[in-house]
Amino acid sequence: MTKITFIQPDGESQTVEAENGLTVMEAAKLNDIAGIEAECGGACACATCHVYVDEAWRDKTGKPADMEEDMLDFAFDVREGSRLCCQIKITDALDGLVVRVPAKQF
Amino acid sequence: MIEDTAAAAKTTEILEAEDNSGSIETDAVVIGAGPCGLFAVFELGLLDIKSHVIDILDRPGGQCAELYPEKPIYDVPALPIVTGQELTDRLMEQIKPFNPQFHFNERVDGLKREADGRFRLTTDAGTEFLAKVVVIAAGGGSFTPKRPPLNGIEEYEGKSVFYSVRKIETMRGKDIVIVGGGDSALDWTLNLAPVAKSLTLIHRRDEFRAAPHSVEKMRKLVEEESVRLLIGQVTALEGSNGQLSALDVKTASGSERIPCTAMLPFFGLTMKLGPVANWGLNLHENLILVDTERFETSEHGIFAIGDINWYPGKLKLILSGFHEGALMAQAAHKIVYPDKKLLFQYTTSSSSLQKKLGVK
Repeated sequence: MTKITFIQPDGESQTVEAENGLTVMEAAKLNDIAGIEAECGGACACATCHVYVDEAWRDKTGKPADMEEDMLDFAFDVREGSRLCCQIKITDALDGLVVRVPAKQF
Repeated sequence: MIEDTAAAAKTTEILEAEDNSGSIETDAVVIGAGPCGLFAVFELGLLDIKSHVIDILDRPGGQCAELYPEKPIYDVPALPIVTGQELTDRLMEQIKPFNPQFHFNERVDGLKREADGRFRLTTDAGTEFLAKVVVIAAGGGSFTPKRPPLNGIEEYEGKSVFYSVRKIETMRGKDIVIVGGGDSALDWTLNLAPVAKSLTLIHRRDEFRAAPHSVEKMRKLVEEESVRLLIGQVTALEGSNGQLSALDVKTASGSERIPCTAMLPFFGLTMKLGPVANWGLNLHENLILVDTERFETSEHGIFAIGDINWYPGKLKLILSGFHEGALMAQAAHKIVYPDKKLLFQYTTSSSSLQKKLGVK
């Protein structure tokens, strides 16, 4: 199991354990993380699972692929480290991953 | 509200007769042209029930066409892999023999029962239908433009914030700001530049999803200084009484305030239940409650199939919606042909069904 920490805009943090192979979005939904809507169910088609990957983890999660970058056009307040978390697959390498949930999804 | 107005029938009948002249009369109206709506046309057609299909999008396919046309689906029986677009194309081919009439770019706003038991449906384009049965196959609801989560934006909508433009002239002489990087944003940039006092296109990055030739044209207008391209994101609106005066934009170098009297944000579409919520049907957490024998709503003659319905055990799968459509059609037959006995038949062996399908 891999640990992932979600930090809400108000600073509250929640650490969950997730199975490798799932996406960070699925881990969030399984654990009822607030602010991750995932309207399209993980098809990279809606930009409502937008998160900010903590600076220390950006090398490990990598950058968005072209399709995801396009879809980020539909997200609000995109920053350095913005990702759609349905596109981040959980592996051992991400154990301890920290992501921040934006103040608003679209 | 849907009302059974049998009691008021006598006085309204004469009026109704006059009103019906402009209405399209049909057996069934299917709301939603996604996979379930399309397959409903097939199941209804096999039972001689003619359908008109209404959809807010400009083409069939619903979420399959709008959200994931190129993405593979792996759980449609007998199709180990199929894309949303292929599935839509195949369904369109399958229902062709029944010649359904499509009404795209229209949203059903009103639904009420008439004195004669039929339903009157009205769309936002002013089209009217009189139908014996209504099948709501509206998926996640109607696709509507996404509202940027900027404080107070509701106050400006329709007055100085627009998600579509009906008449270009209404934009003449304005300080227009268009936000987005897709085809809508670019098309409107090109169309409105000639009438605007100033036009600023704001996008979060200097790359555009829009068609390359539109991007090229836009860049030319930027060179000619008739359009300003600003790379950044809108953070706040300024104005009063619904009238915008300026926008705050966060850019790489800090922030900038730009004058704006009309803003057009293009951030794609989202699904909202929409007018369905106002039709007086029993709902369960924003989904339409149905029974699992007929998939009928709380209103006799109005059915709901696919993602928009709910019953214990509901799974939002395309295959479930197909099953629901088949059973719905059986129940619809009783309403459309109350005196006809329905004989259950297979398409493999029934010559009458094969005739309807045009294969015999």
